[in-house]
Amino acid sequence: MKQLIIVPAWNEVDAIGATLTEIRSTVPQLDVLVVDDGSTDRTADVAEESGAVVLRLPFNLGVGGAMRAGYEYAKRHGYDQAIQVDADGQHDPGDILAVLAGLDHADICIGARFADKGTYVVKGPRKWAMRLLASIVSRVGHARLTDITSGFRAGNSRAIAQYCRHYPAEYLGDTVDSLIGAIRAGLSVTQIPVVMRTRQAGTPSHNPWKSAVYLVRSMVALLIALTRPSTVKGGPAR
Amino acid sequence: MRAIIFFCVITVALLLAIFLLLRSRKLKEKYAILWALVGVACLVLVAFPSLLGTVAHFVGIQVGSNLLFTLAILLLLGVCLHLSLEVSSQEDKIRRLAEEAAILRADLERRVAPSSPASEPQETDPPA
Repeated sequence: MKQLIIVPAWNEVDAIGATLTEIRSTVPQLDVLVVDDGSTDRTADVAEESGAVVLRLPFNLGVGGAMRAGYEYAKRHGYDQAIQVDADGQHDPGDILAVLAGLDHADICIGARFADKGTYVVKGPRKWAMRLLASIVSRVGHARLTDITSGFRAGNSRAIAQYCRHYPAEYLGDTVDSLIGAIRAGLSVTQIPVVMRTRQAGTPSHNPWKSAVYLVRSMVALLIALTRPSTVKGGPAR
Repeated sequence: MRAIIFFCVITVALLLAIFLLLRSRKLKEKYAILWALVGVACLVLVAFPSLLGTVAHFVGIQVGSNLLFTLAILLLLGVCLHLSLEVSSQEDKIRRLAEEAAILRADLERRVAPSSPASEPQETDPPA
């Protein structure tokens, strides 16, 4: 079985080298693909030096664009499973095999925070927004999902094909919208509890104003994703 | 009478500009048709100014010029929306191309594996 780790990276030169080294030493049997999302620093060079295959996007497309390029690569090269791992090191490579193992009984498996494991804490409006999002998507997907904005996600070949058809580059499109698109196309979703580590660079925002904006934007994204004509195979092209 | 000549000149200039832009391939036909229709409509109004008042009366607007302004604003809104749609569609296509270029480059540099799309047919946007 061919399995691919897809690492989207945008100006992550400080973190990418350590992340890739750790991935390589933890799961040496998996292929690693770094999608350089139009970085202006040496991210792509560092990734190449560490032995990963690198897709160099000519300009910044956002995580959605980077990931669809990665899934397109996975499809063309005949990979059976692909897993997204962030370049900043917040996803523990030790969890990669566990998340991939979740694909035994689902098409998509999310490595989820808040799932009774780890100490990741989010407070206030942002927490409510994430809770609300998760509960709505859980209902749509007939599964208990606690962290649908997690970027730590694995998919099988059905999921890869679906992502190639529909993986928006807009705000939250890479997580919420792509997931709902997959659920509505008939794919099953499950989750595995994981521990998120603190990011090596940057901190998550706890600004209440930003959290409120996040809530509104995520609800709009959710509403649009839920009412969109589904992208079932053979259905009308978007 | 002077007003008629004035607007006649403007309308003819508009139509001529569209024609010249089309001829030099700076303007695509699909956009030109809209503007050509606007030009022709203006020409008709210049030739029969009383038409405006009649139509306005028919739809229940008292002053003919108000009908004209309303229609003009609606038309411009429509054009803006159309251009936004075009930009969105362009962005989608550019994104596909960027992804494609990155994959092809990676494959080329490693000189391995196929870069042709997999056997599954690719979905493409229907022609506009």
